[in-house]
Amino acid sequence: MRYIPNSPEERQEMLSALGHASVDELFDSIPADIILREPLKTPAALSEVELLERFEAMAAKNTAARRPNFIGAGAYTHYAPTVIDSLLQRSEFFTAYTPYQPEISQGTLQAIFEFQTLVCQLTGMDVANASMYDGSTAMAEAVLMAERVTRRKRVLVSGAVHPEYLHVAETYVAHAGVELVRADFDEATGRTVLAEGALDKTIAAVVVQSPNFFGCVEDLKALADAVHAEGALLVVVVTEGASFGFLRSPGACGADIVVAEGQSFGVPASFGGPYVGLFATREQYARQIPGRLAGIAFDKEGRRGFVLTLATREQHIRREKATSNICTNEGLIALAATIYMTTMGRRGLQEVAAQCAQKAAYARREIAALEGFTLPHSAPTFNEFVVRAPAEAEGLLRRLASEHNVTGGLSLSRYFPGRPNDFLVCVTETNKRAEIDALVNGLREVHSS
Amino acid sequence: MVLKATPHITQNEALVFERSQTGRKGYMLPALDVDETALDDLLPAELRRDDDLEGVPELSEVDVVRHFTRISTWNYNIDLGMYPLGSCTMKYNSRLNEKVARIPGFANLHPLAPVEDSQGALEVMFELQEHLAEITGLPGISLQPAAGAHGEMTGVMMIRAFLDARDGVTEGDKPRRNVMLIPDSAHGTNPASAHLSGFSVKTIRSTSEGLTDLEHLRELCSAGDVAGLMLTNPNTVGIFERNIREICHIIHEAGGLVYMDGANMNALVGVARPGDMGVDVIHLNLHKTFSTPHGGGGPGSGPCCCTAELDPFLPVPRVVREGDRFAFDYERPQSVGRVKAFYGNFGMHLRALAYILTHGNEGLREATEAAVLNARFIAHGLADTYEKPFGSPPMHEVLFTDKRQSRKGVHTLDIAKRLIDYGFHPMTIYFPLIVQGAMLIEPTESVGRAELQQFVDAMKEIAREALEAPDTVLNAPQTTRIGRLDEAAAARKPVLRWKPEAKTTAA
Repeated sequence: MRYIPNSPEERQEMLSALGHASVDELFDSIPADIILREPLKTPAALSEVELLERFEAMAAKNTAARRPNFIGAGAYTHYAPTVIDSLLQRSEFFTAYTPYQPEISQGTLQAIFEFQTLVCQLTGMDVANASMYDGSTAMAEAVLMAERVTRRKRVLVSGAVHPEYLHVAETYVAHAGVELVRADFDEATGRTVLAEGALDKTIAAVVVQSPNFFGCVEDLKALADAVHAEGALLVVVVTEGASFGFLRSPGACGADIVVAEGQSFGVPASFGGPYVGLFATREQYARQIPGRLAGIAFDKEGRRGFVLTLATREQHIRREKATSNICTNEGLIALAATIYMTTMGRRGLQEVAAQCAQKAAYARREIAALEGFTLPHSAPTFNEFVVRAPAEAEGLLRRLASEHNVTGGLSLSRYFPGRPNDFLVCVTETNKRAEIDALVNGLREVHSS
Repeated sequence: MVLKATPHITQNEALVFERSQTGRKGYMLPALDVDETALDDLLPAELRRDDDLEGVPELSEVDVVRHFTRISTWNYNIDLGMYPLGSCTMKYNSRLNEKVARIPGFANLHPLAPVEDSQGALEVMFELQEHLAEITGLPGISLQPAAGAHGEMTGVMMIRAFLDARDGVTEGDKPRRNVMLIPDSAHGTNPASAHLSGFSVKTIRSTSEGLTDLEHLRELCSAGDVAGLMLTNPNTVGIFERNIREICHIIHEAGGLVYMDGANMNALVGVARPGDMGVDVIHLNLHKTFSTPHGGGGPGSGPCCCTAELDPFLPVPRVVREGDRFAFDYERPQSVGRVKAFYGNFGMHLRALAYILTHGNEGLREATEAAVLNARFIAHGLADTYEKPFGSPPMHEVLFTDKRQSRKGVHTLDIAKRLIDYGFHPMTIYFPLIVQGAMLIEPTESVGRAELQQFVDAMKEIAREALEAPDTVLNAPQTTRIGRLDEAAAARKPVLRWKPEAKTTAA
């Protein structure tokens, strides 16, 4: 095996030097009745050429990867500058471990510190951690943190949060003594509504997504005021990171915890992962944050460096009393996001966001002008919006793919069986006008034929 | 002796925020190609950002490349050499696997694209499941968990769901079997995951041999409230729990289930299977045993593998084969639910499958043999120099302590820091917690004989220094950009982000 430096002969010499007659003796401490007597029934080794052929053949079956795409819903297609992947592939980054030995991990630690700062700047918050697995698990951790902070057991979650995020939160709280209560959304506006009496002193937090799952921008300021009046926390979820460049930051609107999916920041769709969860909060809750934190430290000579800090929150010290069980996070993806945010910078993040909003507005107008197609929600949107088709969206989208080579959006029936004609369209800066026009023309033709 | 490392120049580099210059740009987008909409028509002003992203850096592309390249040179990494962190399995990360994960047909695939147009991705997941089932001897698989601790949480939640289905959920003061037994030597994530899943944790003692104390186990089981056991095997002192069948038997007789922490599977692949030992559910760390890169702290991937009995409780959706096509199955009413959006860290699934296919079945066993052999080489080489707390021969990792050196005031932390000066990343230190001054060394199969010998020589040299020139060790490392950092001060007054006005340099 070419990844094993010692040749079979060398290994035999090493075995002999250790006084072993055969390699089997290395496993003498394993009882004979559980030792495998025959080879695993996994395939025999493939050469590099054969291996690449096999994977290329499987990749070729993913025909959706080659079409213009208008699905967002938690994973977004954005321009990723070439330098990101090039820098990620430096051995020093991708083959390093968690920075437990700071003297020889300063590159990783400084990058985490920069990531934490950028997340604070974008979300408008005071403190951010070194990353969570993804947006969905970050939201579940925010729910658990809200319970720790407020000692209240009920959490109101907007029905306009990504359905898969909600499903993950339900799993996480199943045994945590936390009750998730659904807050409705208004069909006309597409925005979350807090029903009369829904908020009281038993509620730990209200969780809303903005832009929400239907693409609608929530009125976070009004929600924050209502939530704070009852002593609860406002948790804001963002699935489309590009929106930070255009929308008022959740922090500026009064959010107490902001969680986000960072995939928009230069990370490929890669069929759902690996992505990176962002987690930010206010200064006073820093010691309740889940996961790792990097902070500034100095050596004896007064030189500045970075260390993992406030570790007494974490599982390796606190065991069952830790703020979370998370250990390995998404370090390399957080680095990708850091390089993205740095490369795009102050101007680029805003330009990408503006282009997303402009192109989505164009697509909205064009689709709304089609006979039979309407936009059911009135609230302002960023780059994603719901379209109501005159027929079942599922069939329409399937024909759009096969006849016009466009993945036209996501049928909402996947999550909301009662909305068979509705589909969610996402437009980013990567969708050329010609693609948008092909989508619009395709919808017209598929519907009229 | 030839030293592995010599000091060399490293460059200082400020934070990106300190480097920023107004007006620099590192990107260019195509011009907007649609008719522009007035800003107020896009979004009312009160919903728009009004801080102009103040503080976010402005850098050229060259600045970005130099910045990240410079700070990268401050990191040790596998490609520089042995990275012997015990329980972390820092093996070679193949470039071929990186290439596979970047094939556009995978990298550009949206997770919500129609299933019929994503068949290749489902095939990858299904095939990986089949191989992991064969390797563990456990047929039910979910690839959804994103890391080891996530897999642990999933596994113990499945135990909770199974017991509730079997015993019924009783309301009231003394509800269900609620005790999760965990050895005192376990990873901290075990009790944290058990707690998150609603269990109360009881600790099992280890014997003087470094094994699970069967008497204590029986005693704890006699209370009748045991839901299960979380066990690492080989355990965290690097020894195979030779009583594993009996341990599983005791737990099963007591009405509980056995969860195995698969962190140390690199000692077992192709040699023995958890399913054959009586284990009910295990998580694997694809970022350890199956070589997906650690990336400076992630991403990982922590698939759960379980018995047929536990299969209905795995997370949804499941990847299934229906004739000659693959599909997602959401209709699993007993499932614990979803633990992550979409289907897991698919990019890691690709790399792990490439690892399995590149090794082949024989290569998988060969890697295990070479990993254990390398650990034995170190155990043998250092036996006269460092205290070995347990007598049994180690599997893939070997545990020593600082007992002899600490008499001279040189402790495990000092030895670890001095190793840096010799060109090695330190071993895992002060874990497991039950062994004072623990040094847990896992070379993996990815180290050649000469470098193993260099490591042994370095450790011996440090032991000599501890006797003859302890200050050299106490003041290590001396070859790095910065010295030991004051972590206590950092935690007392944490500075967790850059701010324009903040004091981020020493007085």
